[in-house]
Amino acid sequence: MAKKTIRNIPQERTAMPVQEPKARVRNFSEVALGYSLAEALNEAERCIMCPQEPCVKGCPVEIDIPGFIQKICDQNFRGAYDVITDTNLLPAICGRVCPQESQCEQVCIVGDHLEPVAVGRLERFVGDMAVAEGWSNEPDIEPNGRRVAIVGAGPAGIACAADMAKAGCEVVIYEALHRPGGVLSYGIPEFRLPNEIVDDEFGKVIELGVKVECNTLVGRLFTIEQLREKMGFDAVFIGTGAGYPTFMGIPGESLNGVLSANEFLTRCNLMQAGEFPYKDTPLHMGRKVAVIGSGNTAMDAMRVSLRLEAEEVHCLYRRSRAESPARAEEVDHAEEEGVIFHWLTAPVEILDDGNNNVRALRCIRMELGEPDDSGRRRPVAIEGSEYEFEADMVIYAIGTNANPIIGQTSNLELNKWGYIEANEQQRTSIAGVFAGGDIVTGAATVILAMGAGRRAARSMKAYLGILDPVEMAVSDPERPRIFGIDARQRNYRRVRVAA
Amino acid sequence: MYEIVAREDFSDSTFLLEVKYPLLAKAARPGQFVIVMSNADGERIPLTIADFSPERGTVTLVIQAVGKTTMEMQRRCIVGSALYAMVGPMGKPSEISKMGKVACVGGGLGVAPVYPQARAFKQNGAYVIGIVGFRSRDLIFWQRKFEDVCDELIICTDDGSAGIKGLVTDGIAMAVDKHPDIDEVIAIGPPVMMKFCAEATRARDIKTTVSLNPIMVDGTGMCGGCRVSVGGEMRFCCVDGPDFDGHQVDFDELMRRLTRFREDERAALERWQRNPGCRLEQEPTASE
Repeated sequence: MAKKTIRNIPQERTAMPVQEPKARVRNFSEVALGYSLAEALNEAERCIMCPQEPCVKGCPVEIDIPGFIQKICDQNFRGAYDVITDTNLLPAICGRVCPQESQCEQVCIVGDHLEPVAVGRLERFVGDMAVAEGWSNEPDIEPNGRRVAIVGAGPAGIACAADMAKAGCEVVIYEALHRPGGVLSYGIPEFRLPNEIVDDEFGKVIELGVKVECNTLVGRLFTIEQLREKMGFDAVFIGTGAGYPTFMGIPGESLNGVLSANEFLTRCNLMQAGEFPYKDTPLHMGRKVAVIGSGNTAMDAMRVSLRLEAEEVHCLYRRSRAESPARAEEVDHAEEEGVIFHWLTAPVEILDDGNNNVRALRCIRMELGEPDDSGRRRPVAIEGSEYEFEADMVIYAIGTNANPIIGQTSNLELNKWGYIEANEQQRTSIAGVFAGGDIVTGAATVILAMGAGRRAARSMKAYLGILDPVEMAVSDPERPRIFGIDARQRNYRRVRVAA
Repeated sequence: MYEIVAREDFSDSTFLLEVKYPLLAKAARPGQFVIVMSNADGERIPLTIADFSPERGTVTLVIQAVGKTTMEMQRRCIVGSALYAMVGPMGKPSEISKMGKVACVGGGLGVAPVYPQARAFKQNGAYVIGIVGFRSRDLIFWQRKFEDVCDELIICTDDGSAGIKGLVTDGIAMAVDKHPDIDEVIAIGPPVMMKFCAEATRARDIKTTVSLNPIMVDGTGMCGGCRVSVGGEMRFCCVDGPDFDGHQVDFDELMRRLTRFREDERAALERWQRNPGCRLEQEPTASE
């Protein structure tokens, strides 16, 4: 076959089939339906297999992206799955929730001239096929007698657990909620990430022999120190996340009808409050909902509100659309579904109806001034621009802080904001205790947390003296050389010399 | 999974469950709480730990059947059955300081959880005055248990059928008149009771600790539903409490926030009472 170039590949990025906005706001089924076989093959052809492979470096877990795309081109889908799961056990989840546009797809060479290859959609295609076909890859695991405890069954913990189990350790994940998954279960709604997918991919971690103990509040039931000293764990990974919601401190926040996006989403996703009263958890949905903030969590809260039949859903954000931290695709989806955006608007007070319920917000208009520390232009209030805005439910989605319980109950070093101090190897101030994900970095993404979990697993293995073949080569200071040639650089060709 | 090993009914609405969870029984301290789910479709409800026994490996909960979830638990939580989920111990343990003289005040549902506090103070060498309130004589429970750990026990009943006739605040007034040197009052019960307990001690500036019980979901600091105003600052009851300085708590705000789901709660209860026996018949049908 002719070598693929920018000129001879399909020029248009293959569109993702989606449920029509009008239909989808009436249901919780997935919005993005996933590629068909033909669509996946067409999109896979758009990868020119460039030798630089910038996408691999752009991926927090360094998936061999051209490798799996080539397998799709070859119609060897099982092979594609094998390539992905070498580094990422959860392709159906990551294909859906990774911000590919700022990772692999951002650096794609095709993207210099055309739309970049839709890596995320292809990853999801392979992941979904694996779910449908029931594929799983169980490596040969040789038990090494080491015991590892993982605190928190979210993305970071799951990734770390999988790697340590593959290395032969006995792994126990402790989870405070009654269901594993962390933000995948309580936060991200069904129409973006179906629970079935979470269950299926998490099931693959269980198949590696990982034990999960739900309803276990580490820190209070037993401490990090007790895990190491009394409970016989050789190493501990902490991935407890950053879910402590922020409020603004304006008057009226204690009114009924004001809640954090976390509470709203937890009630809806984890507790299925949308099915009240068949299920017991209430929500008391508003008719006119105002969501404060414009990140992915805000988009999730607004789109759930629409599906729970709010009459109007408004987004109030103090900056403009360009500064919105949400993925562009999420903002587009929310807009298509009927969310009304109020850019450059900030609430200054929440007003009550005389019965302790929210009646309205007092808002102020903003304009953008000089750039701040984050490089984004700082919003400045326009004096005298205050006005009232009617709403009966106010949802705060303006960010979260470190979950506090581990910090409260251990001697781990924390930074001034309460996040756990960890170095690039994810080591904390206590030997044998590692941490990663949002509890170290602050709120970020699922894939970054998974990357941190895998990094922690690598240094945990080094700490425990477990060397698997790849790591051995990398960590060996005296690299094996044949006639002065580094065998791993692959910059030579093996030739058979006749006897 | 979380087996109910004993049950006792104190009245037609208040009942005790002793639940097996040895690790939790070992870790629990006075003042902490648990979150339970009675079944997979149930809601997560916070309950203050009323007692715990590391020896028996059990945690004791006292529950008042007031809504759908608790009434269903009253009906279904029989010895030998199990809760779907129980997690804890949550919240910061009470500070059992080396006080000379303390009054432990419990009313309604607060009678049970104030018991481990009284016991802990007694073990710390304090002079413990127990003040417990009930509506009438036949609703009294744990009198012997309190007598065992209290140097004095004042029982208050609304109708005067036992102890003194009056509220626990009358009991506090009695106690502080007799013992002007009380160092600390611990009050646990309905918010309105704790509010008036705090008012009763404010004038004399007696340190008053209350245990709050707001609505919450996860109990680990992630929902913020349990936010309360203490000294003008927002605090999360689940991770900053549940104990707070009673003189600093905005009880009126707490009581308003407890009515958040009143309509939904009423609807759920009415729906359940129409057919309390069967969960299956409550499932949505295709036509619904």
